[in-house]
Amino acid sequence: MTVKLLTYFFVGISFAVYIGIAIWSRASSTSEFYVAGKGVHPIANGMATAADWMSAASFISMAGLIAFLGRDGSVYLMGWTGGYVLLALLLAPYLRKFGQFTVPDFIGSRYYSSAARIVAVICLIIVSFTYIAGQMRGVGIVFSRFLEVDINSGVLIGMVIVFIYAVLGGMKGITYTQVAQYCVLIFAYLVPAIFISIMMTGNPVPQFGFGDQLLESPVYLLEKLDGLMVQLGFDAYTSGSKSTIDVFCITAALMLGTAGLPHVIVRFFTVPSVSDARKSAGYALIFIAILYTTAPAVASFARLNLLETTHNVSYVEAPAWFKNWENIGLIAWMDKNNDGKIQYAKGNALQPTKPLYTDQRGINGERTLSNLAHPNNANEVYIDRDIMVLATPEIAKLPAWIIALVAAGALAAALSTAAGLLLVISTAVSHDLIKQTLARQISEKKELLYARISVLVAVIIAGLFGIYPPAFVAQVVAFAFGLAAATLFPAILMGIFSKTMNREGAVTGMLAGLSFTLIYIIYFKFIHPELNFAEHWLWGISPEGIGFIGMIVNLVTSSLVSLMTPRPPEYIGVMIDNIRRP
Amino acid sequence: MQEKQNNQIDTYWQANIRLVLGLLSIWFLVSFGCGILFVDFLDQFQFFGFNLGFWFAQQGSIYVFVILIFVYIHRIKKLEQIFDKDESTEE
Repeated sequence: MTVKLLTYFFVGISFAVYIGIAIWSRASSTSEFYVAGKGVHPIANGMATAADWMSAASFISMAGLIAFLGRDGSVYLMGWTGGYVLLALLLAPYLRKFGQFTVPDFIGSRYYSSAARIVAVICLIIVSFTYIAGQMRGVGIVFSRFLEVDINSGVLIGMVIVFIYAVLGGMKGITYTQVAQYCVLIFAYLVPAIFISIMMTGNPVPQFGFGDQLLESPVYLLEKLDGLMVQLGFDAYTSGSKSTIDVFCITAALMLGTAGLPHVIVRFFTVPSVSDARKSAGYALIFIAILYTTAPAVASFARLNLLETTHNVSYVEAPAWFKNWENIGLIAWMDKNNDGKIQYAKGNALQPTKPLYTDQRGINGERTLSNLAHPNNANEVYIDRDIMVLATPEIAKLPAWIIALVAAGALAAALSTAAGLLLVISTAVSHDLIKQTLARQISEKKELLYARISVLVAVIIAGLFGIYPPAFVAQVVAFAFGLAAATLFPAILMGIFSKTMNREGAVTGMLAGLSFTLIYIIYFKFIHPELNFAEHWLWGISPEGIGFIGMIVNLVTSSLVSLMTPRPPEYIGVMIDNIRRP
Repeated sequence: MQEKQNNQIDTYWQANIRLVLGLLSIWFLVSFGCGILFVDFLDQFQFFGFNLGFWFAQQGSIYVFVILIFVYIHRIKKLEQIFDKDESTEE
């Protein structure tokens, strides 16, 4: 069978399973719809959290990013796992003990104010929509490359599938489909990684394989990679080029943001007890760590393979995957020195960086470009980082069924995260805005109807993001973390650990953190992108890491304001004692 | 009676805070310490085929994170049991 047929087969089967699970686990009450009736086993919840958490960005982009960033890529590895320690130790058990449906529920009750609840809803919606846009792009890439439909139809198919199981099943349906999606995605990630590890080093465990010696010659893999890269004018793979303070702040922003992401926190509302909330954070991190410790291995395998199979190879003899991805528009080649060979070196090959294809083919059969050649370097290749995981099985010449499996895994990763995000957005609207703020007396049945309508609206908006992607989608996803770190995380943390933090402090703190972080990001990314360099940044901190400073701004503001305003009423103290009691 | 119970909650809470702070300092040490601040220093040591700092940044810190959560689950359960026992002997 061809790759395309196999892909249809795997994707079709996995989609049928997801919809089957959704029909089997239909939600009939708001409690089932919002928090799966609080009856999910901690191991199942751990898997669901892992699938919810590991998005298209983790599955498709992360190893590629690390492959190109080398040691600087560690910020994603540590940042996106370390937050679970904070969740398990500082937030999840207490929020579960509090026992409501949503994050704004907690903030609204703890700070005895619907203003606080609405500010939390606004933060939640900004964070979740920036995040969801990236998922739809992931779905589009996979569909267009492997099923050869155009991106728009791919996004539409994805929307319909997510809509069916999110509307029918609510949190209950999503939880059990996410368990299935976790199994699909982790299998799809590990199989090619193990194959490549065996092929290159003979070691079947990729985590050890990339620290092992190569089969072809008794040299350590990373040593060989470092050597090759230095030879081509790059920095060594295992050395970093970002400043220490920037790496520190980005890692911190990603960790704190992870702990403040509403679609992750809400997963801990679905288990039966407080100790189950702690356990499921632990299981979730194990399930996540399986992928996150494999990713850096995949990254170094991919980088070495890429250098060895393309550098100084004539374009005519270039491997098929190179041309396939060129046809999709994610690889481009410009023969700067007219020798017909692909040269790979440090720096951006093209000006502007992204390829602008013409309709013609060059003398070697390549797609010609209307970009200018970048004059300062000899690099001739543009490679989109997002393709590394998807292309790795092809680069390593693995069998067709593995390539098809990876496509199904990538879709599972994107869809599970999209569904989780859609659900928190719709819950925030139907529960926090409509039920708790605008129309308190509506019946449960009506609330459930509103919840389903909000999923529909959210799916349509998310789909529009996928079909008409704003130019800034890919960049914005990383900022969701900074915003969560600067707004929701400190408000929840202080709500549990401080008895004196009051309404005025929390609201001004969230607003200060939100506006500081948002303005910094918008200034450098959209108003003055030409100034987006270390010498213009505040203390050398990039917009990706500014959420950490935003969190400090939030904490300082909220503490000062709460000192100057009345203490919270007595019953809040009782409520906090109750949350802290085991 | 009520006061005594409140004291116990306070004792439990302080023990919990100490436990959390202890674990979080290890969390900070392996990630921000070994993986970021001292990474270049640690890179001069070899750990199998890895430079040690690089290994902490891309592998070791993640393993330690997992262990920390399970240590916490285990320890807090013990604290809770002590607290529960005290509470039930009073009744």
